[in-house]
Amino acid sequence: MEENNHKLWHFHGGLKLNPHKKISTGTPLRRVPPPDTLTLPTHQHIGDPAEVLVKVGDRVNKGQLLARANGYISARVHASSSGTVVEVGQRPVPHPSGMNAECIVIDTDGRDDWGDSRLPAIDDYTALSPASLRSRVRECGIVGLGGAAFPTSVKLNPLPHHTIDTLIINGVECEPYITCDDTLIRERAGDLIESARILRHAMGNPECILAIESDMPAARDALWEALGGEQADGIRVAVVPTIYPSGSEKQLIRVLTGREVPAHGLPHDVGLVCQNVGTAYAVYRAVRHGEPLLERIVTVTGRGVEAPCNLEVLLGTPVAEVIATAGGYTPSAQRLIMGGPMMGIALQDDIVPVVKATNCLLVASASEIDQPQPMMPCIRCGECARVCPAALLPQELYRHAKNREFDRVQEFNLFDCIECGCCAYVCPSRLPLVHYYRFAKSEIGERERERKASDLARRRFEFRQERLEREKLERAERQARKRAKVASKASAPDKKAAIDAAVERSRARREQRSADESARPDVVEQQSGEVENTDQIHAREQ
Amino acid sequence: MKFPTETSPHVISHANVPSVMRQVAYALVPGTAAMAWYFGWGVLFNIVIAVTVALASEAAVLRLRNRPVQPALTDCSAILTGWLLALALPPLIPWWLTALGTGFAIVVAKQLYGGLGHNPFNPAMTGYVVLIISFPAELTQWPPPGMLAEVHFGPLETLGIILTGELPNALTWDSVTQATPLDTMRTHLGLYETLEEIRQSPIWGDFGGRGWEWIGNWYLIGGLWLVFRKVVDWRIPAGVLGGLILISTFFYLADPDIHPFPAFHVFSGGVMLGAFFIATDPVSASGTPLGRLIYGAGIGVLIYVIRTWGGYPDAVAFAVLLMNAAAPMIDQYTRPRTYGHDPAGE
Ligand code: SF4
Ligand code: SF4
Repeated sequence: MEENNHKLWHFHGGLKLNPHKKISTGTPLRRVPPPDTLTLPTHQHIGDPAEVLVKVGDRVNKGQLLARANGYISARVHASSSGTVVEVGQRPVPHPSGMNAECIVIDTDGRDDWGDSRLPAIDDYTALSPASLRSRVRECGIVGLGGAAFPTSVKLNPLPHHTIDTLIINGVECEPYITCDDTLIRERAGDLIESARILRHAMGNPECILAIESDMPAARDALWEALGGEQADGIRVAVVPTIYPSGSEKQLIRVLTGREVPAHGLPHDVGLVCQNVGTAYAVYRAVRHGEPLLERIVTVTGRGVEAPCNLEVLLGTPVAEVIATAGGYTPSAQRLIMGGPMMGIALQDDIVPVVKATNCLLVASASEIDQPQPMMPCIRCGECARVCPAALLPQELYRHAKNREFDRVQEFNLFDCIECGCCAYVCPSRLPLVHYYRFAKSEIGERERERKASDLARRRFEFRQERLEREKLERAERQARKRAKVASKASAPDKKAAIDAAVERSRARREQRSADESARPDVVEQQSGEVENTDQIHAREQ
Repeated sequence: MKFPTETSPHVISHANVPSVMRQVAYALVPGTAAMAWYFGWGVLFNIVIAVTVALASEAAVLRLRNRPVQPALTDCSAILTGWLLALALPPLIPWWLTALGTGFAIVVAKQLYGGLGHNPFNPAMTGYVVLIISFPAELTQWPPPGMLAEVHFGPLETLGIILTGELPNALTWDSVTQATPLDTMRTHLGLYETLEEIRQSPIWGDFGGRGWEWIGNWYLIGGLWLVFRKVVDWRIPAGVLGGLILISTFFYLADPDIHPFPAFHVFSGGVMLGAFFIATDPVSASGTPLGRLIYGAGIGVLIYVIRTWGGYPDAVAFAVLLMNAAAPMIDQYTRPRTYGHDPAGE
């Protein structure tokens, strides 16, 4: 079959990694049976944790809202099966530190009963306005399923001055081992095309590019068949070369369109919206079936599991049960990774639940991963800079991060690092470069927060001083007025002038005060969009 | 089930510093063999002496600094430093000069700056420059290449000369050494001879000094292999050779009577060795892609300038050190454009 003949661009750097996709694509998609308990963290997305609406003892239906979005950048959490809420509290969640976070625990009743929690299905998507699509997506708690978990409704909401001319549906899974998107495309190509139509319609009919990788021929055929060719109805299937990390949003945008998302901007700024295929499929389920995001496809793979496969898993299912469905661990299981080998996080324990961002559970054997190696000094070989897809100078970032020169790391554009790991992969000195960048980022974030807090405290203190000062002045004035009154008995015209002057003064002060009031730091804080921006920046790092 | 946690990436490529250094060493073999072929056993003895001293002094300093000794010795970097320095020295040079230069290279130029990865100047070239400034006479006593030599020394004789500094059989240094092609070129140009006349001398080969040109070819082959294996960045040798060829072509075209043709420059002295094996030492070179071209070109131009107007016939070491000093500044002004900064958006 002919390859698509649309022009593709290159991004700087990148790696050719050994593929390990075949391990998990041999068997058809299956479903993990609903577990006895579901553990649903209230923070499965970028932004603020959702706010719990249920209490222990509540009976819940499948699809029922458990926690509502807390602010613009946040996402709802729904019950992924029916049962009883048995706990709302701190439980281990998927995080490299093995930390605990707020979770809602449901004892399932095995009936998987929707009750009346399903939203009305929208049969005619052409009747859908952008606003109603967004509110449906928001209601359904959909976040990016490519791993970044950015609330989707926000991505679907460009500012008025943005014209979106291209919608990218990202099926490029560049991490070796992960095949959940490939599986979804192969098994649900028709629904996916439908989701592309819905999204296009709701975004004002931009051109839609469904991007997949050159090592996914079966997915390509499925899409072509469902679409009736390589392109139709403003939707086209693009096959991009298998170079890591071409599935990363910014790199994919570059490959497909030649555009670059500005450093402190969003794809919206260059007329683009990018959605992962899993996310698009979730939108389809939300619109056509009225279903909130309750499950996702998870790749279970690696030589550490008996029967690698792709599974449809209810959110909140313990990782251990997912692994059990895939035949359990083999004796060579060495490391449990959520995500792929390049960017995934190593989990301490398999009791943690599957969350919206869980695209893959890689149980790696010793031969599949590398143990930490003794570090050598950086020899400035420049390999890292050669492969960095963000065209950074990783060796300089490393040097400054290590010396805690945080201003310098920012000068070298630390925050444009997408943490893809290419640099650490090639470094002959075995330096854990990404680790240093994360450290520097969190350290800078911490300082920023501290600075803001102390700024706030300082300004509060200054306001208080000012207020005390003002009150003192006012007291003095009141006394002066009293004295003036006494004195006025001596001269009447003077008295009137003094009163007029006092009234004038206090009016001026009132005005000054209300002006100050509106400039108070906490008010300013709320108005600024800074918090949102950082989150959006984080989201775009995926 | 519990698992250990490590940070991503969980996989890494299998290149490491020792393997990179080893590949450089392999690539040096053809040129080294050619040198030994033309200049005799001394080349090999010098390498052995330099490498031994390099390893010993590296170990000694690391012990003094309370640093682990073994990883530093096995990273092969000291071996390369000794080897490269030895290749720059005349084959019959007394052993203690080789040892002195190597010791200086390792102890001062490398370890005093913090060891591998921290030295701003190329250690081998620093050692060489210290020697040529302090012992200019000994450093310029090159024998002629094999086919032009009247006396040939066997391995034992050679070793004897190196160890004792004495020539056997009442030979004089004048009878066993000869000015190098670069020296000859300088002196004769200084005597207002034209290039045409100078080229009549038997020490000229096809495009460089006889023997020297072939050594250069073998370094070139090893170097190209390194470039092909991506062990060294092509930009640095391309910059060196490009810079040297450009400037020498310019002057050659301006007055071919007094300016040697470009190929002479490229195939004489240590240019090929310098371009592929010395300038490419990543630690002391520029780190950005554009910076490396500039850095290389700077070396090429400086080689020409120093050879033509400076006080030393071969200028590779000085050119490399001067550009080492400039490397941080070059890096500063040649940072690549980060993705998303001033988008190109073709
Ligand atoms: S790859 Fe490693 S050794 Fe090479 S320059 Fe980068 S950080 Fe330094
Ligand atoms: S992790 Fe960051 S610095 Fe390293 S290659 Fe990726 S983007 Fe570049």
